Amino acid sequence: MSTARPSTSFKFRGGSFHALVVKPEIPIDAWFADIDGLLTRSPGFFAGKSVVIDVSGLTLTKPAFLGLLDELSKRDIRILGVEGANPSDLDGRVPSLARGQSQRPEVAEAPAAQAPAPPPASSMLIDAPVRSGQLIVHPDGDVTIVGSVASGAEIVAAGSIHVYGTLRGRVLAGAYGNQRARIFCRRLDAELMAIDGRYIVADEIEPHLRKAPVQAWLEGDEFKIITMK
Amino acid sequence: MAQVVVVTSGKGGVGKTTSTAALGAALAREGERVAVIDFDVGLRNLDLVMGAERRVVFDLIHVVQGSARLSQALIRDKRIDTLFLLAASQTRDKESLSDDGVERVIRDLRPSFDWIICDSPAGIERGASLAMRHADLAIVVANPEVSSVRDSDRIIGLLDSTTDKAKRGEAIEKHLLLTRYDPIRAGRGEMLGVDDVLEILCIPLLGIIPESKDVLHASNVGSPVTLNNPASTAARAYEDAARRLKGQQVPLVVPSDKTTLFGRLLGRRAA
Repeated sequence: MSTARPSTSFKFRGGSFHALVVKPEIPIDAWFADIDGLLTRSPGFFAGKSVVIDVSGLTLTKPAFLGLLDELSKRDIRILGVEGANPSDLDGRVPSLARGQSQRPEVAEAPAAQAPAPPPASSMLIDAPVRSGQLIVHPDGDVTIVGSVASGAEIVAAGSIHVYGTLRGRVLAGAYGNQRARIFCRRLDAELMAIDGRYIVADEIEPHLRKAPVQAWLEGDEFKIITMK
Repeated sequence: MAQVVVVTSGKGGVGKTTSTAALGAALAREGERVAVIDFDVGLRNLDLVMGAERRVVFDLIHVVQGSARLSQALIRDKRIDTLFLLAASQTRDKESLSDDGVERVIRDLRPSFDWIICDSPAGIERGASLAMRHADLAIVVANPEVSSVRDSDRIIGLLDSTTDKAKRGEAIEKHLLLTRYDPIRAGRGEMLGVDDVLEILCIPLLGIIPESKDVLHASNVGSPVTLNNPASTAARAYEDAARRLKGQQVPLVVPSDKTTLFGRLLGRRAA
């Protein structure tokens, strides 16, 4: 018999996705106390987020490591994978992740005589309102939005974020490591603002800054916001 | 050739089905050939609001799956002979809607009608996405409250990215229909104002339908409010919205209530 039956075909492809990388610190108990504090202030912080745990540089025994995973899942933090762990420590519970390219070599190489100039950072311009549920990710530079950013929308940029409208959603500037990134908006009503991993949620924004035109930047670890008239 | 309109909102219970029936009837009363399609497979209601629930033999799923012809499934309205209903199936689920089948139904309906109005289910899943996919124009129904407005904003984002028109790089026309607007509560600041909603959604306003017991009553007796009680404020607001949809210039006034000012005066005196 040679009747051809359509065989089920599988399709595979590689892809890179955006995930929130969380790096636990020693002592773990104190670190979890901080996490609990964060969850008390903003209970939905990790809701619906893909979270990657970065344990590179931490020396954890296998039981301590599995305990860490248990504690995280108790807090409903869904872990997509673990970076920098010994795969045998994971017990097959979560995948071990490897970065596509090493981001920062541990040992700096001697600069070549003629170092190639870094490519100029490109900026992204969005000429329309960003709607609830939309996620804009720009890993190369600034993002400028001519319009509002709705509640439930999220902008992630390597550089600064400029919103010529009301900022109601979440914005993460300098998200790939840039302390000098800033956030500008014509009217501040944000759910969350972050620069280089430091963040501030709506409840922590001083009332006099609400509905005002502002800029935000980092001074050391401190989040600074001032109005711009 | 018909204009394909999707009536959508994201959130449930804001008035999509009521608005589909009222606008469809208002357009048909002016002589336009109108087909209204219920995409809420498994939770159909448009047949009830149109008063045709006892006349459904074949439905959208039968046509999509090829077990009935369109002409068998289209139910002609008893009051207006240019108004037709394509009901949803109540016993199936939204997975029964195939992409190809829905595309074929819309393509086959286009030449015979002026308007095809797709009543979207709530949510952003398969039923909603198929209802909006072939639309030339969207009517986004919202109530003046934050959760409804945010869901509408989400739907506008999907209209701009997932519809066939958007995928061809064309802009899909979007209009806001603000329903269940209560002038008294808006006057007291208990609801979002019209300006607040427009500021968030940034799309043109098609109409403001005041909260009215006439709407509920019309639904209960199985008749679109524009037919059941054409003199009511809600019906007149739908009639105006239908004319704007046809491209006519109809001045839009924010509904106010004489008792608002009166109530405010009384309230102030009591305070």
